[in-house]
Amino acid sequence: MDAQAATHQQHESGAAEYVKIALILFVMTALEVLAFEVSRRAGAPLHDVVRPVLNEVLIVLSAAKFALVAMFYMHLKQDSRIFSGLFIFPLIIAAVVILALLGLFSYLRLLHPVA
Amino acid sequence: MAHDTAHAIHPPTATGLDTRKLAIWTFIGSECLFFATLISNYLVYKGHSLVGPLPHEASQCMRDGQMTTCGPIFEIPLVTAGTAVLLFSSFFVVLALDGARAGNRKQLVRWLSATVFCGLFFVGMQVYEFTHFYHEGLGYTTNLFGSSFYTLTGFHGTHVTIGVIWLATLLVLALRGKLPAEKALNLEIAALYWHFVDVVWIVIFPVVYLMR
Repeated sequence: MDAQAATHQQHESGAAEYVKIALILFVMTALEVLAFEVSRRAGAPLHDVVRPVLNEVLIVLSAAKFALVAMFYMHLKQDSRIFSGLFIFPLIIAAVVILALLGLFSYLRLLHPVA
Repeated sequence: MAHDTAHAIHPPTATGLDTRKLAIWTFIGSECLFFATLISNYLVYKGHSLVGPLPHEASQCMRDGQMTTCGPIFEIPLVTAGTAVLLFSSFFVVLALDGARAGNRKQLVRWLSATVFCGLFFVGMQVYEFTHFYHEGLGYTTNLFGSSFYTLTGFHGTHVTIGVIWLATLLVLALRGKLPAEKALNLEIAALYWHFVDVVWIVIFPVVYLMR
């Protein structure tokens, strides 16, 4: 009976954590859209502050959301480190590929500007 | 059944990990690289279209053989709704997995149904968006934006569709009582794929729809 109660309690606390993460993700998405809307409306409050840093704000929020889903919903936080390695190592390669291609194409456009 | 229970507790492998779970994580790792190339492709060509329609600004575009002015093509409120629904579907699938692990069939069926419904909503949103863009004059070969946008979001939409079919199959099994607690790993593997599809959208949404 005690073991059953403990399992039940574990499920309850797990569900509470999932709800908390879902709310955080929802708020972060709302912040992303809010930042976008503020940056595109000239008269909006904080327009001059948000517009120059919009991309940076979006990257930080997106990375945080990505990490929350991976750690809590994909259970990487408590699962084997082998799974984390199988996910994070390709992610690092993916980030390098994106940066390398952006750098390469920027360089090529400097060499051969469109007339 | 006893055999399945034994596997769920301690899989007899060199790593001590279930090989199916190891396989899905390896697959997800390879998918990271696949989507990285598509995102790179989109970013490299971003802002280099010679004709419209364009995502955020009015532009000159070809319609019925004549150049006309077209407005910005993105509908941010619709895509934001789709994004929120996809995020919530990730939440629903973990609740379904909790139910499967606890042998609570009612919880499993309720939340798995919600997940499938959210997935269908997202796919429907994307079909509507693509159709709307096509009628606005943005075909696959209209400009660089069209080609890279349809390729990236189209492949993601295909992944979502596969996920919906996978989860719907598990839902049918759950409804028939063929997804007991000992087989919760089957749902866990599908859920990992579903979460991956969600995290890819977490990247695509700001990169494609919000960044300048």
